[in-house]
Amino acid sequence: MRRRYFGRTGLFVLSLVFAVGFLLPTVLTISNSFMTQSEINANYGMIFESTRPGVGTYVSDSVNLKFIPDKVSADQYFTVLFRSPEYLYKFWNSVILVLPIVILQVGIASFAAYSFTRYRGKWKNFLFFFYIVLMLMPYQVTIVPNYLVAEWTGLLGSRWAVIFPGAFAPFSVFLLTKFMRRIPSVLIEAAKLDGANEWQIFTGVCIPQCRSALYSIAILVFIDYWNMVELPMILLDNVESQPLSVYLATINAGEAGVAFAIAVIYMIPPLLLFLHGEEALVEGITHSGSVKG
Amino acid sequence: MLSELWRYLRGKRWLRRIKNYTDGLNTRHRDNIGGSLWLAPSLLGVATFYIVPFFVIVYYSVISGPINPRFVFFDNFSRLFQNDAFRTAASNTLTFSIVAVPLAVVLSLLIALMLEARIPLKSYFRTFFLSPLMVPVASVVLIWQVLFHPNGAVNELIELFGASGIDWMQSEHSQFVVVILFLWKNLGFNMILFMAALSNIPRELLETADVEGAGPFSKFFNIKIRYLSPTLLFVTILSLINSFKVFREVYLLTGDYPYGNLYMLQHFMNNIFRALDYQRLAAAAVVMTIAMVIIILTLFIAENRFGRDVEE
Repeated sequence: MRRRYFGRTGLFVLSLVFAVGFLLPTVLTISNSFMTQSEINANYGMIFESTRPGVGTYVSDSVNLKFIPDKVSADQYFTVLFRSPEYLYKFWNSVILVLPIVILQVGIASFAAYSFTRYRGKWKNFLFFFYIVLMLMPYQVTIVPNYLVAEWTGLLGSRWAVIFPGAFAPFSVFLLTKFMRRIPSVLIEAAKLDGANEWQIFTGVCIPQCRSALYSIAILVFIDYWNMVELPMILLDNVESQPLSVYLATINAGEAGVAFAIAVIYMIPPLLLFLHGEEALVEGITHSGSVKG
Repeated sequence: MLSELWRYLRGKRWLRRIKNYTDGLNTRHRDNIGGSLWLAPSLLGVATFYIVPFFVIVYYSVISGPINPRFVFFDNFSRLFQNDAFRTAASNTLTFSIVAVPLAVVLSLLIALMLEARIPLKSYFRTFFLSPLMVPVASVVLIWQVLFHPNGAVNELIELFGASGIDWMQSEHSQFVVVILFLWKNLGFNMILFMAALSNIPRELLETADVEGAGPFSKFFNIKIRYLSPTLLFVTILSLINSFKVFREVYLLTGDYPYGNLYMLQHFMNNIFRALDYQRLAAAAVVMTIAMVIIILTLFIAENRFGRDVEE
């Protein structure tokens, strides 16, 4: 008994160590966002300078990692939110890229998933398999077709070049099909007996049954695209319409002060979703855990 | 007269059989059309944005150029394989995968096992481990730069122990930094998959093992690992595929021009996008597609086999 007790304490300590490691980057980013401009420059100016030589001489030559700011101030947030609109503009770019993708992808997928659930056969199985293969393809591969279509249709450089491929990405189809196939067939048979047509079965049985699934899929799609870098980098050639995820990587010395505040603002939407829908998220991941239908 | 004929015909078995057959055909046919209609929006989009252009890419990969296209068969591919940049990128990406994937699998399994034990604050820990999934990499990359700067926190820590600091991003060690970032980002997802698999192991089996005095290690290697094997495989493949996407982390950390051993396949693709060398682009895409299809098919075959092993 004694040994077990110690074993559990050991595990607890180990978990604690891991947890600190996992939380540290996030917590540091947040705490540092409350530093004043001069404190940031004094502590971290070096980083931005070394990547772009010749910018500013006011920085110290060492990098000091600080957990707690000397003087807590919301100055950086004030700058980001009110003084320099370009950051909010980039944030807005992210929103109008990601929201249409999430809505369209989940919407289109719910029809496709219904088809894969209700009508099975050799053809359908093959198609479903094909969707899975496509889903697992990394961006390096799929971005070339996306680019060609964008070029042919003249969409290259407009945000639709990113939205369309995202809207038709097969991930939601795969996951939602797995959820829909778990709906008891009794429910569908009962609706049929009551004289419901396919549309009524879809809207009256399948969608309500999949409500939590839709939510968890929407969260997963949202975080995936909120994080996107490759697609907008290649498909949106002008810096103006780039989302914040790409822009954050190119921040330079002049903006060092506000960088942390922007980073924090950028993580707020997914974090809120996470805190609200952690269970749904876990369920979504769990069901993506096998490629079998 | 007509009704008599009707009654006569209805009595005939052969006619009923035909009618049944066509009825069957009808409903099946209608179902198929209905099913296709439901699928149509998605399938049309996938065809337009992925399938059709892919065939064009295959075509591009075997012709000499957009002007006066000539069929050159494997020329573009051999040109690609002789290209130093492509070989560097491919080998860097593979090296990264070989290092990062086993770590991602083993560590996430360990964390899942850890959380399976009855430790206090368990659900909080799960939230903590999952949180990186939600934090955009772009947001925390600044902290990574602070930690791994030549004059940064990690080096200070190392120097505290008497060793000399390392120029993390501009040396062979740069891949290590990216591995850490990759693990930080991906462990949570894998952990959830393992936790789900662990909770599916029949309790009675483990209790029997307990009664018979099996220790935690023999329980793990004799029972759990067998039930985990499909998930193990899936997580491995998923991590492998995710490791191919590591360009994102590299780009956010180092921009367009990273240290040599961080030059990834996506960097290579970006460069040929800029050069608009369609033939090379197409050949690279085809090669990568073939490689990916092989990996994914392995996943399917293996999952079928291992999955059956457990069900028996």
